[in-house]
Amino acid sequence: MSATRRITYREAVREALREALLRDPRVFLMGEDVGRYGGAYACSSGLLAEFGEERIRDTPLSESAFVGAGIGAAIGGMRPIVEVMTINFSLLALDQIVNNAATLRHMSGGQIAVPVVIRMATGAGRQLAAQHSHSLECWYAHVPGIRAVAPATIADARGMLWTALQEPNPVVIFEHATLYSDEGEVPAGGEFAVDIDRAAIRRAGADLSLITYGGSLKKALAAAETLAGERIDCEVIDLRTLRPLDEETLLASVRRTHRALIVDEGWRSGSLAGEIAARIAEQAFFDLDAPVRRVCSAEVPIPYPRHLEEAATPQVDTIVAAARGLMRR
Amino acid sequence: MSAPAPHKVRVTREHARELLRQMILVRRFEEACVEQYGAQKIRGFLHLYIGEEANAVGVMQALTPEDAVVATYREHGHALIRGIPATAVMAEMFGKAAGCSRGRGGSMHLFDASRRFYGGNAIVGGGLPLAVGLALADKLRGLARVTCCIFGEGAAAEGEFHESLNLAALWKLPVLFVCENNRYAMGTAIERSESVPDIRRHAEVYGIASETVDGMNVVDVEVAARRAAEAVRAGEGPRFLENHTYRFRAHSMFDPDLYRDKAEVETWKKRGPIVRFSQWVLETGTLHQADIDAIEAETAQTIADAVAFAEAAPPEPVEDLLRDVYAPRPAAPEPPAP
Repeated sequence: MSATRRITYREAVREALREALLRDPRVFLMGEDVGRYGGAYACSSGLLAEFGEERIRDTPLSESAFVGAGIGAAIGGMRPIVEVMTINFSLLALDQIVNNAATLRHMSGGQIAVPVVIRMATGAGRQLAAQHSHSLECWYAHVPGIRAVAPATIADARGMLWTALQEPNPVVIFEHATLYSDEGEVPAGGEFAVDIDRAAIRRAGADLSLITYGGSLKKALAAAETLAGERIDCEVIDLRTLRPLDEETLLASVRRTHRALIVDEGWRSGSLAGEIAARIAEQAFFDLDAPVRRVCSAEVPIPYPRHLEEAATPQVDTIVAAARGLMRR
Repeated sequence: MSAPAPHKVRVTREHARELLRQMILVRRFEEACVEQYGAQKIRGFLHLYIGEEANAVGVMQALTPEDAVVATYREHGHALIRGIPATAVMAEMFGKAAGCSRGRGGSMHLFDASRRFYGGNAIVGGGLPLAVGLALADKLRGLARVTCCIFGEGAAAEGEFHESLNLAALWKLPVLFVCENNRYAMGTAIERSESVPDIRRHAEVYGIASETVDGMNVVDVEVAARRAAEAVRAGEGPRFLENHTYRFRAHSMFDPDLYRDKAEVETWKKRGPIVRFSQWVLETGTLHQADIDAIEAETAQTIADAVAFAEAAPPEPVEDLLRDVYAPRPAAPEPPAP
């Protein structure tokens, strides 16, 4: 294996942004506080000094206008990276993303490509309460015309942006807010770009497929460790791309393990977990030894106090308990 | 400030003929659309521009082929005057693959990337951020081009209108905003939806130089649009035109038009852009009745050809349903440099 080095998720995002700006003159970054402030999650600190105000653009608090402007600039020949502070705020730009970015190619009969990349933080875990903590990734994953990706590892945070920028379609990148300070390995140099078409098997296992993405991956991996001590051998699958779903990888896993547990920080009703469960039921029903199970967020706006926030969202112990139930232990 | 009256502007015979021809083309095209709607060849929403033709025709005179246009769902006129062939527009209305959006958009979503005509946007106010982005791309690329963004006065009540004006002004982007104020947002009169019905003043708040224009007078519109587009092209930042106009027909084919006084409609019809301009060209001797008759005959042929073309065009095979949702991507991503 080639040499690696350890950096944080935040540094990985920043390196990826910097590389994109260095390599492609069409790339620019815009969003609220990406410049002087350095990004709400400090992902763009230092970039303004290096690249200047034309390419690192602080925007007014106008999500619809600056996301729409990113879409327009992409049509106009640029490769904009638009940062939306959180997924909750992105709802103010939902019209532009759903009615414009996702539709323009089809509605124009294939004449217009929208190569925009929209990044946003998502998820709970920082006691930010109900208007800063939701996981609405599945709303975007619901929409044809959009590609939705969720880098769950440091290497993916480093590599997915470049791949997304090569994509002639709008790509929404979801960065779970609890990941930014995590450390992990990336290649020491050379190739960073990663495939965004395929799910990744993060841990091979024979008894149970633990299917997850984004901020829940580390919880699923921790749960798998605990379960290994109980001789339950979990395969952990990181979806990576939420739309289109890599059915092949996850169905193949379920066909090997015969059991599926889906961990999704979205609310259970109408969730991505529900979609995955349905696909498993449709296509791998006779391979299953037990009903598909889900660990999702409780049906409540994410509350502020830590103990309630934890109770509302998937945790290692709830994943472990669900896995035991699935194994009838 | 108001634009000069038409009699103070020198309009050559050729240009007068062209302005009239374009307005008549739009009018007759839409009349044919009504007929085809009746015959159920055109379905869905059909928003007619009848009465408002001077705006599209006047504004388009100020644009070059390199400029961009972002319009609304009432855009048949803008599309035709931008140069999209009547055959392709009519085929689009018929939902045929030979249409300018492969039939996927219909009346509300006419597109032609080769003419930089970016819709056909049916979310009120939704086109403004796009136009700001197109202009931003031009500015970043160092291109002296104008993005002309057309919308109705109903858009002024949307947040996207205000966000976009602010952003365009803040970043001095080359956008020509054209508000076609036809006084009704579907059935809601402007006085019932705007605390400040003088839309131009909203632009002034963002520091955008603006002008109120008689949108029933094609020469006024052209003069104002040329002046504004020139400033935008010169790098002076965005400009804003508020064109006062009126649609003679209902909002769409579904609209029983119960919310306005018939007398009001009749009053505006007397100021109709085609009637008025025809009178002026005849009175001044710029054109003769024979010229107008020739335009009508030529237009009738164009429309008949467009309808025949749309009628004869084959329907798209259902197997192609899922095309053009995603653009194909190179299989392997280009690896980043070391």
